[in-house]
Amino acid sequence: MTALTLLAADPDKFTPPTPQELFELAPIAGIGWLTKPVLLAILSSIIVIAFCWSAFSKPKLVPRGIQNVAEIGYTFVRDQVARPFLGKDADRWMGLLLTLFFLIWVWNLMGVVPVLQFPVASHIAFPAILALTIYVLKIYLGIKHQGAIGYFKNMMFPPGVPKAMYILLSPLEFASNMILAPFTHAVRLFANMFAGHMLLAFFSLVGFWFLFEQLTPLGAPIGVLGVVMTIVFTALELLIQFLQAFLFAMLAAMYIGGALHPEH
Amino acid sequence: MIKAATLLAAQEGEYNPLLPHAYELVIGTLAFAVVAFVLIKVLTPRIQKTLAERTEAIEGGIRRAEEAQAEAQALQQQYREQLAEARQEAARLREEAREQAAQLKAELREEAQAEARRIIEAAHAQIEADRQQAFAQLRTEIGRLSTELAGRIVGESLEDEARQRRTIDRFLDELEASSQQAVR
Repeated sequence: MTALTLLAADPDKFTPPTPQELFELAPIAGIGWLTKPVLLAILSSIIVIAFCWSAFSKPKLVPRGIQNVAEIGYTFVRDQVARPFLGKDADRWMGLLLTLFFLIWVWNLMGVVPVLQFPVASHIAFPAILALTIYVLKIYLGIKHQGAIGYFKNMMFPPGVPKAMYILLSPLEFASNMILAPFTHAVRLFANMFAGHMLLAFFSLVGFWFLFEQLTPLGAPIGVLGVVMTIVFTALELLIQFLQAFLFAMLAAMYIGGALHPEH
Repeated sequence: MIKAATLLAAQEGEYNPLLPHAYELVIGTLAFAVVAFVLIKVLTPRIQKTLAERTEAIEGGIRRAEEAQAEAQALQQQYREQLAEARQEAARLREEAREQAAQLKAELREEAQAEARRIIEAAHAQIEADRQQAFAQLRTEIGRLSTELAGRIVGESLEDEARQRRTIDRFLDELEASSQQAVR
């Protein structure tokens, strides 16, 4: 609000974009729930399903075209995410991990697609849904495979620690596994996309403001710098978008693996 | 966390990025659920099946190639052994033939020598027989001459018995010498 009033009060002065301007988006066509992130989330689901369907619906022994590309994604998730944490159970969880990796990556990529330019995961509801699903699945699998008591015992009383240490360690382990893990799982993805989007918006606004809205001899170099930084940060964002999708899927595999087989 | 959220909310007016919109939670759940359903239930099993088949095909191909190679090697080994055997056999046959030839030659030589010996012996026997025959003829000749001599002696006056004896002896000696010359 303050930014908007400031902008209104002094139209000649540069004001950086606020989170509210960037992330509080008006509903489309007057429908309350139909906002840009919602549309992009639906579009992302369609893209992921269409991509995977065209690649894997009738897979060939000798892959061609899109199947080749999708298989690179599949083997990447299998070899870098599933197998290191799940071992022989990797194949059973590939569907879920593939969903997480592809869906989050497409959500994130929406942040740099021209015109769309909004990372879905920068609204916390979307990463929270995924993190919550993994959290529930983790506890369910843990209790199923280790028993209710065994699960919490293995979590809070790891073997090979002096008995006195449990006074300190057990509450910490409980908090870390039951409260912090799902929270950081969701917030890590959300915060990265949120910050990335703010940086990109800030630098592109600098470029737009100083080169188009208020072109002055002194301001022009700042505008050029803004454009250059936008390009550099877009490249960085592309890397972070991939890394965050990978990391989210990897943590999910780690939580599932930990629930299936307690650490010894 | 709550403190930070309220701080953020206070600073930025109404907007709090850590509070999810209810409709986004619903749409997010649906968007995720649909993708997860299609990928988990339909697509992942298919690609996993194909990947397993591909692995099988590749490993099967390698195994078949290895089998074929092993078979080829065994066959080659067998051929090599057979060839060596055949060579040995040929060498053995050559050796045998050579031995047989040598034996045959020796036998022939033996036979030829025996034949030669036999011919020589026959010749010797013939010569001996001839000699005997000549000797027999000679003897009859001597008888005839003796009779002739006796006639001569009777015809002559028997002057001296001693002289007569000498004459006979001389005659016999001459005869002996001439007959021996004749035999030789």
